[in-house]
Amino acid sequence: MSEYIEHDPHRISVGLVQKRIVTFAEPPHAMLLESGRSLGPITIAYETYGEMNAAKSNVVLVLHALTGDAHVAGYYNEDDPKPGWWDIMVGPGKGIDTNRYFVVCSNIIGSCQGSTGPCSLNPLTGIPFGFNFPVVTIGDMVNAQKMLMDHLGIRQILAVVGGSLGGMQVLEWCLRYPHMVRSAIPLATTTRHSALAIAFNEVARQAIMADPNWNNGNYYDGRKPNVGLAVARMIGHITYLSDEAMRLKFGRRLQEKQDFSFDFSGDFQVESYLRYQGAKFVERFDANSFLYITKAADYFDIENQYGEGSAVKAFSRARAKFLVVSFTSDWLYPTYQSKAMIQAMKKNGLDASFCEIEAECGHDAFLLPNERLSALIRGFLENVEREQAA
Amino acid sequence: MLNVSRQHDQAPMRFDLRIISSWIQPESKVLDLGCGEGELLYYLKHQKQVKGTGIEKSEARVARCIEKGLSVLQGDINAEIEDYPDNAFDYVILSQTLQQVFTPDKLIRALLRIGKYGIVSFPNFSHYGIRLQLLLKGYAPISRQLPYEWYDTPNIRVITIKDFRKFSREMGFRILKEVAINTDHHDRHGHVVGICSNWRATYGMFLIGNP
Repeated sequence: MSEYIEHDPHRISVGLVQKRIVTFAEPPHAMLLESGRSLGPITIAYETYGEMNAAKSNVVLVLHALTGDAHVAGYYNEDDPKPGWWDIMVGPGKGIDTNRYFVVCSNIIGSCQGSTGPCSLNPLTGIPFGFNFPVVTIGDMVNAQKMLMDHLGIRQILAVVGGSLGGMQVLEWCLRYPHMVRSAIPLATTTRHSALAIAFNEVARQAIMADPNWNNGNYYDGRKPNVGLAVARMIGHITYLSDEAMRLKFGRRLQEKQDFSFDFSGDFQVESYLRYQGAKFVERFDANSFLYITKAADYFDIENQYGEGSAVKAFSRARAKFLVVSFTSDWLYPTYQSKAMIQAMKKNGLDASFCEIEAECGHDAFLLPNERLSALIRGFLENVEREQAA
Repeated sequence: MLNVSRQHDQAPMRFDLRIISSWIQPESKVLDLGCGEGELLYYLKHQKQVKGTGIEKSEARVARCIEKGLSVLQGDINAEIEDYPDNAFDYVILSQTLQQVFTPDKLIRALLRIGKYGIVSFPNFSHYGIRLQLLLKGYAPISRQLPYEWYDTPNIRVITIKDFRKFSREMGFRILKEVAINTDHHDRHGHVVGICSNWRATYGMFLIGNP
């Protein structure tokens, strides 16, 4: 996912918010991972917005994408230059209305924004895990989120919502803890990565691992593999846009020059944009986390994990009501992948809705202001709430 | 074909939809093929506690349905219907859409595979007004129910009430109920046509089932 964080044009916001931290799975109760290794203690960074009602029946769990964090909405202080990453969707009167719902979001394990990941200190050695961090899966991330739910005393989730890698966690929640999830909104996502998606991830990982500063993942006390990570991010940004989006946004326009420079300093606007995105990204993200999380995304395959290769069999476990949304210009997780999951839901008699939103901005569309998407989510959640009350 | 304004939520439901809903048992499972903005599904959900699903091609209409709290899938009815298991629904509705379907026989067969009953309605092309237009003017008929020129119409088939009865015999499905109706300008009000329905009715409506 890209960063599209702007202030709400109407200045509507949940206001000041606070990042919280909880630690569990202290040895000897370390969490068993899908790889067979175990991890513990596990720290989870999370934020909440709105009030939980007495019946604890208004919980909406937001799940972030590859490079997101727990900071969905609001500001940390009065001078904060930008709000959380989905401030356009989460807030008073917004698509996910914090006047009605208690919204929770946590940073996934393996990431670097407060939850345990490769840049965390390994309690056995006192230095960062680096490549000694165990490989984690989407299922492991969801298991850690379940522990957070237990910690908050939440047994029923009104809705799990997320796009891209967040959408994978949505699906995982529905199959791993089917009785906890009343409804689910997977956006711009897939039940398994295509070869194309794996290929992009692999090129991005190779860019990091080819950076001499990467040093097999041990770089926390020296120079960081910023060149590799920036290139990885540039590749990511290509996949988040689309042919059309790039044509409209950049075309063949040159960056602050009238003619070619006849060297390699960068001529085109699109080059300048990608370099800028890459340079900005290395300031906030850890290269090892990028490796671990893209690996988790590539391993994700609910058809194999829950259905012996069949999506229909996999979704036979689900109990949630679904709203699936795809975007026309998303070539990372194209509409046919959403339709395949809808097909499996239909064959299982699940209550499902599907809308393909016309959007020219590619995979990132779910993060951008979109009145249609907000209205869909608002209407869907209100109905789920009504049906729950009935 | 649904050229009816749905802005006025207070207005009574379209006359043909009221007849369809009178045929549907409370708390049954219903699939509405080409559900538009979900007028019928919304009524059935709230008045008859029906568990309904709709299929609709237009993104804007699908979005309106979901905003209203209906379960609707965006897609082509001919393709989407194939995914459902046998007998997944009590009723499958094809309201005023048959005249736009490329392979009606295939669709009706699929409809009776996934539903116990089918409800099919269409504009009656043998209404006397249409007959007279062709006879006296010599142009392809244009009516309130079929308001298009020959070159811009989505309605690729002309169907009459008698044609549909013949179709049922040839296809081997049963007609369990048949109602011919005449509707007013906005299709909000109307009445049932008793005699000479193939001449006088603007719409034919059928409840069909497997033999």
